[in-house]
Amino acid sequence: MKKKLLLIMLIMGCLVLFSRLAFAQEGPVSDSGITAWMLTSTALVLLMIPGLAMFYGGLVRTKNVLGTMLHSYGALAIIGVIWAVCGYGMSFGHNVLGGWFGWDPKLFLLKGIDGSIMEAGVPEYVFAMFQGKFAIITPALIAGAFAERVRFKSYCIFIALWSLFVYNPLCHWVWASDGFLFNMGANGAIDYAGGTVVHISSGISALVVALYLGSRRGYPKIAMHPNNLVMTLTGAGLLWVGWFGFNAGSSINSNLDTARALTVTQAAASAGAVMWMLIEGFQHKKVTSLGVASGILAGLVVITPAAGVVQVDGALILGCVASLISFTAIQIKNKLGYDDTLDVFGIHGVAGIVGALGLTFFIRPEWMATAAEKVGGTWTALQQFGVQATAVGITMLYVAVMTFIIVVIVEKCIGFRIAEKDEMRGLDHSLHGEHGYGLTNLN
Amino acid sequence: MKLITAIIQPDKLDEVREALVKQEITRITVSRVTGRGQSIEEDIYRGQEVALDLIPKVRVDIACNDAFVDIICETILKTAKHNDGKVGDGKIFITNLEECIRIRTGERGGKAI
Repeated sequence: MKKKLLLIMLIMGCLVLFSRLAFAQEGPVSDSGITAWMLTSTALVLLMIPGLAMFYGGLVRTKNVLGTMLHSYGALAIIGVIWAVCGYGMSFGHNVLGGWFGWDPKLFLLKGIDGSIMEAGVPEYVFAMFQGKFAIITPALIAGAFAERVRFKSYCIFIALWSLFVYNPLCHWVWASDGFLFNMGANGAIDYAGGTVVHISSGISALVVALYLGSRRGYPKIAMHPNNLVMTLTGAGLLWVGWFGFNAGSSINSNLDTARALTVTQAAASAGAVMWMLIEGFQHKKVTSLGVASGILAGLVVITPAAGVVQVDGALILGCVASLISFTAIQIKNKLGYDDTLDVFGIHGVAGIVGALGLTFFIRPEWMATAAEKVGGTWTALQQFGVQATAVGITMLYVAVMTFIIVVIVEKCIGFRIAEKDEMRGLDHSLHGEHGYGLTNLN
Repeated sequence: MKLITAIIQPDKLDEVREALVKQEITRITVSRVTGRGQSIEEDIYRGQEVALDLIPKVRVDIACNDAFVDIICETILKTAKHNDGKVGDGKIFITNLEECIRIRTGERGGKAI
């Protein structure tokens, strides 16, 4: 018995060795064109983080501008480390713990991908860094919901835990080849560039944290004006530019799919902006700059899950619908009176859900044919809608529960919410010992 | 008529205003100013603590008829103070106001306030 086992092990060992040798000889080679575009995309998505910092930074009050911008840069720092240490492994390793998240010892500290070129013709490092940027921007998005009222230290711990227990598992389910949402239905739940993983997850978390922590002092009685809408508009522009990397880069290729994603991204963002202009024009007879920026964002968010499967007509309709529903959601929020400070749920959560569900009705026939072929019969839009709705439902439920647990732990252990006197003085001076604008001092 | 000028800490502005509004004193002028009294405030610049030469403060100007002076001053005194009082809580200056004219109508004196 023992001898047999030994023999089997020996044969298996030889096989592994042989396959490795064969792999080394015939492994994929990197394609310089694709790699160059993926490097560019990675840089573009990175650009979205300072873009987001400016977008959010301009919307808060003068005394909180640095604290708010630091939430984005803090995510860049903290998740940048976590992703390289274990985030990539947890997201793109093999199923462990029943598929809760992924893991592969080789991916610890990215050691195992040092020489790896992917089938797509891209060094795996590039893919890992591209995906890492998504992991960074997602918790940074949530920060808008509790802007102006949390301690920086607690925020850092919150996003670290959130990244480990919410983002990484979700990313694994949706995008890893053995993730269960990736394989749901005929051809998987469609989430091209992060409708569920990035926008629904950040939107729902934002709502949970905003409700748990409560309003800023004085909200909504005291008017709280944006300190610099010029910076907000600049940030929105950078986000739009970066989104081309976000969506078109998600093809992990440089071909027709990339061009399709890029085109519908442009169309949806513009349609979202136009729709918001129309709504405001009808309602107030004036179009606001923040309105245009919000419309752009709603359009970009809605097309994120859909960029791989819809055509221009679908993109235009989705962009318009997203603006309409996001606008309505924000009006409802104002009526309800809870304090989602920068409307993360209203824009990212709502438009993300609209995109993930709405894309079903505009899927390119080619994709449906492939799905039908895979299932060996017919595959209808309604069936795909079921898959999308399940994926959205699971995401919302998981994210809400986990975020609630994390936020309670952080609040009870170290205190999430800032002391009232520090909130009144502003985060910049009380937490960071700085002032955002030198102009307030004459010297 | 009097002109009441209060220099207060920026973080107390909301409280002061809320209390003034409760006393139905709504017409005020607020400006961001910098200045130097007894208090010291430090920022951090690359690891070094730097004392600000001029500290950001808020200036509240209220022009009022004589009958309102006490209630306004009391309200500011009560709300602009940090706990039992802290260096830097600010000052109130009261000056005589010779004339007040409403630009729109040309009304003068107490009615125009």
